[in-house]
Amino acid sequence: MTDEIDPSHIDPSLWRGLSQPRYSRRQMLKYTGMGAGTLGLAAFLAACGTKGALPSGGGASALPNAGVGTASWWNKQTLHHQLEFANWPYYIDVSHGKHPSLIKFTQETGIKVDYREVIQDNTGFFAKIQPSLQAGQPTGYDIIVMTNNSPALGYLKEFGWLTPLDHSKMPNFDKYASPLVKNPSWDHGNRYTMAWQSGYTCMAYNTDEIKTPITSVQSLFDPTYKGHIGMMSDPQELGSVGLLATNVKPATSTQAQWKAAADKLNSQKSAGLVRNYYDQSYINALKNGDTVISMAWSGDIFQANLSGYKNLKAVIPTEGAMFWTDNMCIPLYAANPLDAMTYMDYVYNPSVQAVIEDYNNYVCPVPAAQDVIRTQLKDPVVANSPLVFPTASMVALSRPYYQYKNQTELNAWNNLFVPITE
Amino acid sequence: MATVATPSTGEAVRAEAVRRPPKKPWWRGKILPTYVVLVLIYLVTPILVMILYSFNQSHAKLPQVSFKWQGFTLHWYADVDGIPGLGHAFELTIILALLASITSAIIGTFLALALVRYRFRGKGATEQVMFLNIAAPEIVVGAALLSFFVILSSNIAILHSALHPGFFDLFLAHVAFCIAFVAITVRARLAGFDRSLEEAAQDLGANAWVTFQKVTLPIIWPGVLAGALMAFALSIDDFVISNFVAGNVETFPLWVYGIVHTGLPPQVFVLGTFIFIVGFGIAIGNLLMTQRKKKEKA
Amino acid sequence: MEQPVRADHGVAVRRKPKGRAGKRLAPYLLSLPGGFWLIVLFLIPLVMMLFFALETGDVLHGYQLTWNWGEFGQQLSLHKTEFLRSIWYAGAATIICLIVSFPLAYWIAFHGGKWKNFFLLMLLVPFFVSFIIRSLAWQFILSDQGIVLGTLKNLHLLPQNFHILATSTAVIAGIAYNYLPFTALPLYVAMERIDYRLIEAAGDLYSSRREAFMRVVFPLTIPGIFAAFLLTFVPAVGDYLNQQILGGVSNTMIGTIIQTDFLTTQDYPAAAALSAILLAGVLVLIFLYGRLLGSRTIEEYV
Repeated sequence: MTDEIDPSHIDPSLWRGLSQPRYSRRQMLKYTGMGAGTLGLAAFLAACGTKGALPSGGGASALPNAGVGTASWWNKQTLHHQLEFANWPYYIDVSHGKHPSLIKFTQETGIKVDYREVIQDNTGFFAKIQPSLQAGQPTGYDIIVMTNNSPALGYLKEFGWLTPLDHSKMPNFDKYASPLVKNPSWDHGNRYTMAWQSGYTCMAYNTDEIKTPITSVQSLFDPTYKGHIGMMSDPQELGSVGLLATNVKPATSTQAQWKAAADKLNSQKSAGLVRNYYDQSYINALKNGDTVISMAWSGDIFQANLSGYKNLKAVIPTEGAMFWTDNMCIPLYAANPLDAMTYMDYVYNPSVQAVIEDYNNYVCPVPAAQDVIRTQLKDPVVANSPLVFPTASMVALSRPYYQYKNQTELNAWNNLFVPITE
Repeated sequence: MATVATPSTGEAVRAEAVRRPPKKPWWRGKILPTYVVLVLIYLVTPILVMILYSFNQSHAKLPQVSFKWQGFTLHWYADVDGIPGLGHAFELTIILALLASITSAIIGTFLALALVRYRFRGKGATEQVMFLNIAAPEIVVGAALLSFFVILSSNIAILHSALHPGFFDLFLAHVAFCIAFVAITVRARLAGFDRSLEEAAQDLGANAWVTFQKVTLPIIWPGVLAGALMAFALSIDDFVISNFVAGNVETFPLWVYGIVHTGLPPQVFVLGTFIFIVGFGIAIGNLLMTQRKKKEKA
Repeated sequence: MEQPVRADHGVAVRRKPKGRAGKRLAPYLLSLPGGFWLIVLFLIPLVMMLFFALETGDVLHGYQLTWNWGEFGQQLSLHKTEFLRSIWYAGAATIICLIVSFPLAYWIAFHGGKWKNFFLLMLLVPFFVSFIIRSLAWQFILSDQGIVLGTLKNLHLLPQNFHILATSTAVIAGIAYNYLPFTALPLYVAMERIDYRLIEAAGDLYSSRREAFMRVVFPLTIPGIFAAFLLTFVPAVGDYLNQQILGGVSNTMIGTIIQTDFLTTQDYPAAAALSAILLAGVLVLIFLYGRLLGSRTIEEYV
């Protein structure tokens, strides 16, 4: 009936041989062949795709954005009435499922905005758009928002992947922008970027557990709070706080000072003081009471206070707090650069900014918005908050980040501080 | 072990056992079911916490979830689509997960059939690749797929719009990481599958497709279903790989991971509750249907 | 006994002409879609990425294929603690999962009856809800002064300094929690095909319940155990999310290192080398484990 061999007539050794595959020479050749084939194809493709970001000639004239963003280039641009805006989540006003400020923008200018909250972190987003930029393709976005303390923004500038801004179209910015974001250290003359929102990396503590007011960054190294101290895992933040704790201003620090800061952080770690090195989830540990003192972002604490956690208090220490800025910029090959410029400057109008700021609660780049929020939007909590509109003393305590001159410096910094978090 | 008993004694013992089954304490048969229920409660605990706090009030302009109880409200349920983009991301994720799990269930089952029954060139290599698929760190796979898609789409004109990071790429990537899970689960079911059933069907005149449909499939169905469910669970919550290949498209996990930076809006808990209620509803519905079928049979 | 009715109603039908050619093609046709998908959309991109391990350079200047085999040795010695720790955490979690899932799968397969599908679905439904939400909830439940620990501390059953989060226990528990369905389902699937009459037959042959289990049921579930182990241990070794959320300072797993190398320091050769070592190590472990289970080859089991 079947064409199989009748089992009862088989010699046991043959049975064993039939049922147990052994690696014969033929199979070895087969596997090697297939393996070599795959490796060969992959190697070929690998060799195709690992060009450097910089063109082989080097030099500014050979950068991809050479000739882009000049006055004559901008003169040729027209409005397309379409804008692809990539931003961080929950970073703009929202009401009943819509963004009122964006709707108003469309009404006033006729530009339709496709707002996408696709940026979760700088390096991750950079890794996503890098292949397109490297291949000379549009990323699909006209405005992206990158933080100044991340290497990603530095790479974008260095590789020539940003479109220089049109300074003739920035009247609102010139008039209303805060001095903290005008001509900043990370982008002299605002060649590529305009600030979206800023914030402080400061300290926060639980007033229920810690009764004496905290004023210094040294409290993060206090053995009294052993095992309940939260630090950030981002190497730029961690290294900067280490520098502040050794009384060094990060923006002008030297590599020897970095080493001293790293030593301090390492002894903090080996003494068991740190509970964990957190990304943005430090706030959960603070809220739940697992950490009593932590590095923190100003806006998070503001939000937490409004969410029922009134016992958390943000502190700008006497050594200073790192001041970071999320910046709008126009990636290369953007389809609608003029529409992007229009929006970027529009946002610096105080009445526009007031609406956005009222939801945002980070540091506002337009000081004139404070009055608008107080009088027109009638929100004294936000208007009077120093975390949103810093006082003069806070401005004096704002510390910019160190700007790396080249990849070697960045690697040196990372090699010192990344292993602490591991 | 009892020595060989004489037929009479053995029969007597067996007869005895049939007439009077050994007395079991009342709780004997209840241990395991209680254990199962306890495990399920343990699995569901964080979900219950989430459901509870989806009713929590928030006073901020940009409301966030909070584990500090501030008052009961149904507001977030009423305002479920109050967050732009969230609802759309949610729908998209469900559709993607359904497509990916169905596709990988089909492909994975075929693969499992091939691997269990036949010896063919490349069988061993395919298995190694399957293991690699499960073992490979998602971050490496994600970055690899992205570069791969971009290289292909920028160098081969026809593929340009198809392979640009987006929904289709997501679909391709999700199926890719689900196939191995399905194949391995179905294999566990196929081991020892009695081929003579299929041969009997063929002798009765069924062709290969009918045999598969009426004989093979019903038997391996639990394995296929289990594999499909695992694929659905994997796809609906995938973050790392999706992050790389999604391009402009936002899926629910991408949205949620992104917004954790600023704080989850309460509507996320509401949607989580919906997912759970729907899943629970399907489970209950299935139970009731099975009960009704049994009633009809009896 | 009456003549059985022939399906072809007496008309002579030639044996299905699929014949030898059809039989030979069958495995290739069946495995074609799966194989194609895995090779084109997984293997080739993966190997491309792994080639970074042998290259030197950086993002700025590009990478050259320098056949830098030394990278593997360097990464291995730098991070052997994390490798071993990952294997330990994943292994402990897998064993916990197996122990917890076995009675679960056993009961559902043999005594579930009409509740079978219900319980199976309920095993998975909690995992349709986003990982982040579940983790946030666990962080809240297990926080130092939270519902569980706070109460126990107030009753003086625990020292004030006790904490679960930020320890290796929390990480192992987290991995065990998140991978439980991936252990339970394959176990169930394997058990479900065991004919219950085999157990009855063993009973008829005078075996005690424990003997019936050890000598009849358990050996038949070994394919399921192997599949469950595979689907739990292997992905768990490379997992890093549990450690990031529930762990503390000295709980870093190899997955975190790979992620940091990839995204933060952008050291692609290091990340690729670590991934390659991880993959090779896992393959070796699977091979050894299969051998350990008996003289049969892996293919027989999975």
